[in-house]
Amino acid sequence: MEIYLDNAATTPVRSEVMTAMQPYFSKKYGNPSSMHRQGLLANAAISEAREKISKVLNCDSKEIIFTSGGTESVNLAIKGVAFAKGRGHIITQKTEHHAVLKTCEWLEKKGFAVTYLDVDEFGLVNPTDVKNAIRTDTILVTVMYANNELGTIQPISEIGKICKEKGVLFHTDACQAAGYLNLDVERLDVDLMTINGSKIYGPKGSGLLFVKQGTKIEPGLHGGGQEFGLRSGTENVPSIVGFASALELAQKEKASENENLSGLRGKLVFGLLKIPNARLNGHPTKRLPNNVNISFSGVEGESILLKLNELGIFASTGSACSAKDIKPSHVLLAIGLSHELAHGSIRFSLGRTTTKKDVAYVLKVLPKIISELRGMSPIE
Amino acid sequence: MKEKWFYSETVKEHFFNPKNVLKTETDVKAFEKKADAVGQVGSPVCGDVMKVWIVVKDGKIADCKWQTFGCASAIASTSIMSEMVKGMKLEDAMKIRPQDIVKKLGGLPEQKIHCSVLGDQALRAAIKNYQNEKAR
Repeated sequence: MEIYLDNAATTPVRSEVMTAMQPYFSKKYGNPSSMHRQGLLANAAISEAREKISKVLNCDSKEIIFTSGGTESVNLAIKGVAFAKGRGHIITQKTEHHAVLKTCEWLEKKGFAVTYLDVDEFGLVNPTDVKNAIRTDTILVTVMYANNELGTIQPISEIGKICKEKGVLFHTDACQAAGYLNLDVERLDVDLMTINGSKIYGPKGSGLLFVKQGTKIEPGLHGGGQEFGLRSGTENVPSIVGFASALELAQKEKASENENLSGLRGKLVFGLLKIPNARLNGHPTKRLPNNVNISFSGVEGESILLKLNELGIFASTGSACSAKDIKPSHVLLAIGLSHELAHGSIRFSLGRTTTKKDVAYVLKVLPKIISELRGMSPIE
Repeated sequence: MKEKWFYSETVKEHFFNPKNVLKTETDVKAFEKKADAVGQVGSPVCGDVMKVWIVVKDGKIADCKWQTFGCASAIASTSIMSEMVKGMKLEDAMKIRPQDIVKKLGGLPEQKIHCSVLGDQALRAAIKNYQNEKAR
């Protein structure tokens, strides 16, 4: 038995998406830049994908730059603006994904100034703080749409409005939001927006950057001039086709999907909070419908995770001990969680295949795991 | 079955079936009556706390029990250490180092070693505690 509750990390590719991609590996394999029929077929597929996505984003198809995923799009947006301007000040906030934070830190070394705004106890950025942080030399504001660990949804359109008034470019990383929230770029008032495919049941290694017409950014990759000169390299046709299909489906189904997920999530949270000394992290309502982030005092997240793994339940942790990192989650520390509680955090991110039975099973086994680990823990 | 488990099989065995662990507050209270000394290292801030109790007989460790707050490698390393030291002379037990424990565990990922293998320090703290008590 496998219960996959790590959909914020990545999702499986759904069958409709697989079917859409299939012809573009060995049948319609041309290089979209070629003038022969094979090339034209591939080129048409990309145009169609771009068209589909532009409808979802309510933008022009020329405003969509396909990339290899979220990290590349974020790098292209931030470095693209920074290099186009040459110098200046960037505003971001403390719970961003490392793709944003590490890029900003690197730009600081290159002479750019960066402000990292604080968030409140739920992980929310205050738009007034953004307004107050804008300086005469501010070139870019970058704030994520929804947080990957907490699911907290930021007031993007409010921040967008402020940036517009002040004449500052605004980028949002919408990777976690794309399957659940409205992506209308007009409504959100964004100049740049990052989305990827691997969180919305599309292929890994697919992504896009929306670049509003007239926004000057430097290319990320130089070469053959693909993607309007901003991202050279032969297009990954099957991936682009799959990504467009996934995004279209996710947006079409989001109302019913969100309702279903919120219901299951509610049951899971209700049950988990019955465990003594459990704390729900993140915002009670302004959060993605599939996200649960919970801390248990006196136990360590990796131990919980691996005990769950043994029972076929796959989750994730903000603990320092999660495999490759030794520091606890910067997101959990930013919302003011103690190190101990940050170490004892578990994230369950539900998905399309999650059932009531799955939730019931987690609630059946987790209390025992927590009490076992607490029993052998020398701290309270 | 490497793809099903992050660590070595030995780590798995000791994580899921920890040896000599004090599983509850009641276990702790009962063993504290027998134990000659106790040592604790780490902090919740770092994500790892180890507490080790020892019973000493004729200059040797007759029994060793423990509790751990931490990740799988922290639990497994303290568990295997508690087996290693039983019957060991105090001066030999003082010489146990993280690399000895890691070797017994069949290896650990590099980044895990300095943060999660603290059992030897807790043991040395317990032995020093014992020696100090005795010297009084």
